[in-house]
Amino acid sequence: MNENAPTHVKNVPVTLDAGELRTEAKQSDEAADVACARAPIGLLAELTHKCPLQCPYCSNPLELERANTELSTEDWQRVMREAAALGILQIHLSGGEPTARRDLVDIVKTASDCGLYTNLITAAVLLKRDQLVALKEAGLDHVQISIQDVDTRAENADRIGGYKGGSEKKKIVAGWVRELGMPLTINAPIHRHNIDSVEAIIDYAVRLGAGRVEIAHVQYYAWALKNRASLMPTREQFNESAKIVERKREELKGVLVIDSVVPDYYAKYPKPCMGGWGRGIINVTPSGRVLPCHAAESIKGLEFDTVRDKPLGEIWLYGSAFQKYRGTDWMKEPCRSCPRREIDYGGCRCQAFALTGDAANTDPACSLSPLHEQWAMVAEVESHEATPPDFVYRRFSGASPKAEPQKAPVSTDA
Amino acid sequence: MADVAPKTRAIITSETQPTLPVYIKLRHDAGRGRWLILAPERIFEPDDTAVEVLKLCDGQRSVADIANVLAKEYNAPQGEILTDIVTMLQDLADKGVVTA
Repeated sequence: MNENAPTHVKNVPVTLDAGELRTEAKQSDEAADVACARAPIGLLAELTHKCPLQCPYCSNPLELERANTELSTEDWQRVMREAAALGILQIHLSGGEPTARRDLVDIVKTASDCGLYTNLITAAVLLKRDQLVALKEAGLDHVQISIQDVDTRAENADRIGGYKGGSEKKKIVAGWVRELGMPLTINAPIHRHNIDSVEAIIDYAVRLGAGRVEIAHVQYYAWALKNRASLMPTREQFNESAKIVERKREELKGVLVIDSVVPDYYAKYPKPCMGGWGRGIINVTPSGRVLPCHAAESIKGLEFDTVRDKPLGEIWLYGSAFQKYRGTDWMKEPCRSCPRREIDYGGCRCQAFALTGDAANTDPACSLSPLHEQWAMVAEVESHEATPPDFVYRRFSGASPKAEPQKAPVSTDA
Repeated sequence: MADVAPKTRAIITSETQPTLPVYIKLRHDAGRGRWLILAPERIFEPDDTAVEVLKLCDGQRSVADIANVLAKEYNAPQGEILTDIVTMLQDLADKGVVTA
């Protein structure tokens, strides 16, 4: 045996979760290998923007793509084959709600036959048991179910998701996943309206038989940015939740893996945007547009190729949107000379664009950004408002501020 | 909904018969010239030692058996190898990569 180090297994630093796709900030020395390989390791396939839930922090763009623009089954199957040939290892089937696509089983089958590791990222409320069985038989490797709050606060959970009965349905589907012997992750986006449930949510994940839980503090882009004043927790609340996560990690070692994502506004350094723009993750939208990040369309002036016109590999390597912020050559100061430039890659390009008007600026989440103080103050003020504004629910009709919490599901569902 | 028995932490000893669950995939990544463990929303990169051990985790061999195989193969003391791989497999069990 060669060395004394107890860890013989390194993390390749890439994780995703529902809606909130990002790479972990933790960095290890093999990351350079991933860059050298010049192929993404994960593909986020947003199969549709249809979704029965209306979460006010949805990471889909404000301009949702309509069903009549979606790729066909054959298109998605071709994308899966191209992804495998390119060296992609994991496929994250997401949306919107991916189970709203009737051809999901066919897409999973093709991905699995190509040797891709398949991950279903679902709100679960549309899933029927026989459909889950068919997905398993097609080769689905893993299921991630998002929840809005713990089951004992179902009313609050259903209010947040804008879907009555959602909490109960998710619990039933989680049970099926475990009955079928499939691994389960629970994803819990955390914000002002459920941050007091963090410990209960972790315990709930154990009760559901999950092997992993994501305590995913909301990232304030797209719909979440629109709802920031409603969602932002206070710094004190965040600190308390971080302590709980640390304690529970120790307590549940070997039982439940707890991944946690810090809210940008309370961090010292930004998260590496997608682990580096055009470096590890590629995203395909329902209509086939290929993005370096699910929010990249919010940056004005970028042009995106589509899988209808070009092979995935060519877009990844040479597409102008991928080239634009890949690596570090595009950086301005203070990023350009920063020793952390290849750790956090200047943070999130979309956030830099939204808040400074130039995506090449340092993300204001970074304490080295000249805008950082002013930006962090916004969270301080908004999170202490006694009465947060009503949610602007995510829906196709656009961002109307009127709350209509209980809308009928998009498809009939027993 | 069926009740799922509460999971407890698997403790690895020399008698444990470790195995990889079906959803954990040890793959050789030819394009990048390395071995990888594909796991739910995670990818791990095992070193050569871990790869050798994982290939022997078939749910039949005990950890002691695995240490014996490696001791012969590498002409190294079984005791040292056993100590090392118990630690390694505990780490892997805590990550959810092997089950006991």
